[in-house]
Amino acid sequence: MLAFFMKRLASLVFTMLVVSALVFAAFEFTPGQVATKILGPFSTQDQRDRLMEELGLNRPVYERYLEWLGVLPGWTATSSADGKPTGRCVKPGVPPEETPTFCGVLQGELGYSTLYKMPVNDIIWDRLGNTLLLAAIAFAVMVPLSILFGITAGMREGSKLDRSISVASIVTTSVPEFASGVFLASIFVIGLGWLPGTAPLDSSAGWPIAAQLVLPVAVIVLYDLGYVVRMVRASMVEVMTRPYIRTAVLKGLTFRDVIMKHALRNAMIAPFTVILLQINYMITGVVVVEAVFAYPGFGRMLLDSALSQDVATVQAASLFAVLVSVCTQIAGDLGYMMLNPRIRFS
Amino acid sequence: MAMSDTAGAVSRTWARISLLRESPVGMVGAALVLFWILVAIFAPWISPYNPNTNDMDALIDPTPNAVHWFGTDMQGRDILARVIWGSRTVLTVAPVAVAVAYAIGSLLGLLAGYYRGWVDNVINRISDIILSFPAIVLYIIVIMRFGPSALNIILAVIFIASPQIMRIVRGMTLELREREYIAAAKMRGESAFYIMFVEILPNARGPLIVDACLRMGYTTIAIGVLGFLGLGLPPPDPDWGGMVKDSYALMSIYPHMSLFPAAAISSLVVGFSLLADGMREISMRD
Repeated sequence: MLAFFMKRLASLVFTMLVVSALVFAAFEFTPGQVATKILGPFSTQDQRDRLMEELGLNRPVYERYLEWLGVLPGWTATSSADGKPTGRCVKPGVPPEETPTFCGVLQGELGYSTLYKMPVNDIIWDRLGNTLLLAAIAFAVMVPLSILFGITAGMREGSKLDRSISVASIVTTSVPEFASGVFLASIFVIGLGWLPGTAPLDSSAGWPIAAQLVLPVAVIVLYDLGYVVRMVRASMVEVMTRPYIRTAVLKGLTFRDVIMKHALRNAMIAPFTVILLQINYMITGVVVVEAVFAYPGFGRMLLDSALSQDVATVQAASLFAVLVSVCTQIAGDLGYMMLNPRIRFS
Repeated sequence: MAMSDTAGAVSRTWARISLLRESPVGMVGAALVLFWILVAIFAPWISPYNPNTNDMDALIDPTPNAVHWFGTDMQGRDILARVIWGSRTVLTVAPVAVAVAYAIGSLLGLLAGYYRGWVDNVINRISDIILSFPAIVLYIIVIMRFGPSALNIILAVIFIASPQIMRIVRGMTLELREREYIAAAKMRGESAFYIMFVEILPNARGPLIVDACLRMGYTTIAIGVLGFLGLGLPPPDPDWGGMVKDSYALMSIYPHMSLFPAAAISSLVVGFSLLADGMREISMRD
């Protein structure tokens, strides 16, 4: 168990290193272009060279990557304007002796957001908190519903109820989130006027925050529910064919007891990982839902920063998204092992 | 012999398709998909207007009426025409992307599953890295870096779907390579590529066809989502996601502008998913 965990941890570190290099390289423009962009096409080569030195762009890509990561000390240079020392880690108002040597992602320095005009650190955590709120509510609604529908459909395979639930799951999962947002908004916002069409999480629109959350949660649950229902159903169908279920029926237990005491627990092992992996979708996949309802979350921050070419924010957000996704995968594997002793001891 | 094999395969496939009649759900899916394919093919003949022509007179009242059955958008463009032409966008981008992703994913999956060892290791490591990105994050990075265009959307879909297809094909290859007919082919001295493409791949086709159909649906969603997020095709050519994005802010006054394209994309994806379910149901019978 421990060996397995250490192995997964090592592979997590490896994956994150490669992903960070990819994310860095994806936005690596030729440094000369940057200098020309700032100084204009009529600048001399000498001016461009000096600017590149001041911006720390005159060194090879891998050095800049390692500085960005926080493994190499940040570059230092002398400003041509006032002769003061500048560098990657130099911040206005911080005396030189207090300037840290390393300042990269590993030190928690995520850079400066050109879109929000503040350090990425000052925006990303608030946004993440908002998304977690949305995700937690959606998760709390989705999991019991998916288990209920999945078990109901799977306990009598091929029945009318099973077919209805299965087809309904296929249909709701197939409607893109922005489309179900449009459908729900036209019914509940425009038609009935029961709910607000946006969820900015402040009371400016005159709606309580609870009311604002209803439609975003509904869209997430609709889109995600069908998939999990089908997984639970498939597992339940399989469990119902097992010999111990036949034994339980034959020894005269009521159908209710067979389901509740024998089938349910075993049917939940396989979908456990699937359900856990939905956390992934809830954290990063909610970009669309957040865009539909103007929800100030992590996904919308990623989208807005991408649309305005805010490289530092996109890099930080992508890294975090991958970290969440890899961690949930490991958690899923571990949980699966704990639930299923046959895997644990083999 | 090869000819009769092919003919046999074709008639078997056809028999399988006609089996679909026994699955009402699959038939509904097939009807929806066929409907949109026909609409896309005959777009120039059935579209009432040019999708990019602005009818400024219609702006007084852009809601549906006798002249513009689905109404017009805020630039006076006919929504019915844009929905019809939008089907062409999605039904060219999605099949091309899925087909190329299948070519790449199948090749890699066959290689990984057949040779195993270091080939398998390298291919798996690379796909693990790609798959560790949530799909939407990859789409955003790729489109942000390389700009929105039909080609870049296709490349992004291929990049994301190929490792997933690789995993499916690899799993099936690992299973099929132990069969007797593979041993027989090896004994006959067939080349590795013959065994992979003539012996293994055709025998893996059942689940792959179902997956391809589902994947067409996902890809349709992805194209719509990119359009909706403003990362889709550059204007003015119509795509359903982009149409919703342009009119979503006006939902409370003119819901028809968003409802028609949203209904169009939903019905196409539902069609693909139901069709896939019907095919899966039938393939499980034999």
